[in-house]
Amino acid sequence: MNGGARRLRSLGRALPLSPAVVLLLLFLAGPIGYCAFIAFTDLQLTGQAHASFVGLANFRRAFGDEEFLNAVWLTLVFTVVSSLLGQNTLGLALAALMRRASKPVRTLTGGVVITAWVLPEVVAGFLLYAFFRREGTLNALLDQLHLPSQNWLFTLPILAVSFANVWRGTAFSMLVYSAALNEIPGEIEEAAEVDGARGRRLWWHITLPMIRRSIGTNLMLNTLQTLSVFGLIWVMTRGGPGGRSQTLPLFMYEQAFQNSMIGYGTAVALLLLVVGSLFSLVYLRLLRTEV
Amino acid sequence: MPVRPTAARPRLTALLALAVAAGALTACGGSGSDPDTVKVSFKQSTDNSVHVMDAYLADVKRQFEKKYPGKKVDLVPIKAPDSEYYTKLQQMLRSPKTAPDLVYEDTFLINSDITSGYLKPLDGYLAKWPDWRKFIPTAKTAARAEDGRTYGVPDGTDTRGLWYDKALFAKAGLPAEWHPKTWEDVLDAARTVKEKVPGVTPLNVYTGKPAGEAATMQSFEMLLYGTGDGRADPLYDTASKKWIAGSQGFKDALTFVETVYREKLGPDVATALDPNIQTIVRGDLLPKGKLAIDLDGSWLPQDWQAGAGHAWPQWSTRLGLAAMPTQRGQAPGRVSMSGGWTWAIPAKAHNPDLAFDFITTLQSRANARKWYIANSGIAVREDVAADPAYVKAQPGIAFFTDLVASTHYRPAYPAYPRVSTAIQEAMEGVTTGDLSVAKAASGYDDALKDATGNQVVRR
Repeated sequence: MNGGARRLRSLGRALPLSPAVVLLLLFLAGPIGYCAFIAFTDLQLTGQAHASFVGLANFRRAFGDEEFLNAVWLTLVFTVVSSLLGQNTLGLALAALMRRASKPVRTLTGGVVITAWVLPEVVAGFLLYAFFRREGTLNALLDQLHLPSQNWLFTLPILAVSFANVWRGTAFSMLVYSAALNEIPGEIEEAAEVDGARGRRLWWHITLPMIRRSIGTNLMLNTLQTLSVFGLIWVMTRGGPGGRSQTLPLFMYEQAFQNSMIGYGTAVALLLLVVGSLFSLVYLRLLRTEV
Repeated sequence: MPVRPTAARPRLTALLALAVAAGALTACGGSGSDPDTVKVSFKQSTDNSVHVMDAYLADVKRQFEKKYPGKKVDLVPIKAPDSEYYTKLQQMLRSPKTAPDLVYEDTFLINSDITSGYLKPLDGYLAKWPDWRKFIPTAKTAARAEDGRTYGVPDGTDTRGLWYDKALFAKAGLPAEWHPKTWEDVLDAARTVKEKVPGVTPLNVYTGKPAGEAATMQSFEMLLYGTGDGRADPLYDTASKKWIAGSQGFKDALTFVETVYREKLGPDVATALDPNIQTIVRGDLLPKGKLAIDLDGSWLPQDWQAGAGHAWPQWSTRLGLAAMPTQRGQAPGRVSMSGGWTWAIPAKAHNPDLAFDFITTLQSRANARKWYIANSGIAVREDVAADPAYVKAQPGIAFFTDLVASTHYRPAYPAYPRVSTAIQEAMEGVTTGDLSVAKAASGYDDALKDATGNQVVRR
């Protein structure tokens, strides 16, 4: 076969891919590239006739901005509490428990958890706003138990929104782990049990290592999803009070659209992307190590 | 391997060609605008039971379509709180694909949008429109930019003052005809209510970022413009074209806000910082007799008219009105702020001529009168202001029209929105108790420098 024919054939093979590539370039790479460009300008939403190139000024500004650092800290708290500790562990626990449960219990639990997941973010936000507010369900329950009630959205806003995210997002982890646990061949667990491994030891030495890859994948997807949560927090607290639940996406929105500093907001978005990739790197590392 | 690069090139060009084609196709798709249709964007109330604007525009649309046969009006409501409405609008104005033919602009942002080149100067149209001469001179400047050209037709203005609940005042032993002379008088009345009528909120003062511009204008500036000698602008120094930092008036106004929330004279802090606080005050606290004094705008009764959702015709006997006093009662003794909205034509509008025809229909004498009465607006047309039907339409109109004499306009320059956010942050700090007045004020000074590119003067 000569070079020309080979070239033609490889071109022919690439052809079916081209629509996908074009779409990706147009709607994914394009906007991201444009974003990266804007992050180095002082573009504003209003109040300015022409934007100019400002180099690294936006990034320098971010690291000198107390509110930005506050948002980074809150984003980390929100991600660790709601994604790593909350959704991930709770999802795994639910999946493990459901394996042993009877069919009706399994269907019911699965149904409830998945309903929370299917609800649009804003609707879930309003539900949990109603749950946590002063006249809300949580305080009504606490009153019944003669425990002190308080306005949770005001006193512990970051924990309230973290809980909301756990409530909404656990279903995803549960589904991932249910699938992973079902993949474990029964003989392996049986063999381990014959060897005398029971309960926690069986779990720690057999089950967890077998689903290690799923844990990594799940952690990565959960974290990336949680980092970008906006609607839920916006509806429940708008980042308040006093910026005490203002995570990076809310901070970014405020800078770009309320203070109309699109350039600065975009730079913050890029930094959020960096935070996301740092988390991903850690998880990829975890995935690679052999047991 | 010499094959690779040459093989890649035709593939790349093919891809590029496709990309360009796709780009061109999508760009064409959106811009198909009908030359006989005028697209009108306006702000729809976030309160589902309030339809004042919708009803008024639907009525004018019918008149317009009858007057100009073959032409159509496409009403595009944007249902959002104020701050999100501006954002949405600015995004629409950026591109010819999304720019409507007519927009409803707050005077608060109009200079900013003019600087961005989003709006079209209307002088050519206004010169040929006889009714323009009927507009009150100060109102004509509402949308006049620094370049001397006019970019919007105002559809009314507003003023602000103190609304008080006469029944709660009677219970507290306060006078039915209340005329506070100083800030201390206002606070004392609130303290009396707190002591004598437990369970009600003595005084509402909007605060913090969730309330947005309402916190800045209805509260903070109503206080700030009552400090000092009452003549110089306490926010912006027009002579040097610089913003004022470190003023005593600023700290005094913050102290007032701090006092309200520290002494628990206001709504509980969590409610005060609820993003829906304005709806809570108008729809719940005032009509249900749960709030004694409210520092608020002239437009409140629009929510209480028959058919407006929270119909409350008794408001005029139940509520009293008092002018907001200056800090120590110094001349001129009272203070008010004014703003208002204008109809403006985007620079990227497809049918600007038709849009202007729609403005003249909206602001015909009969329609203007109808609108002021429906939305509790303050007239900017001299002929309507003198019209007995307007003056008598609603209790309170005479009171608020009278305040126009001692009113102030905001320095609505491009930096203003960020200055306003900085004010709200300072207010929020003292409201939650996170910041002392001194700390909040110095935080404002820093934010001000940043927002204005260091165009700041200390006074």
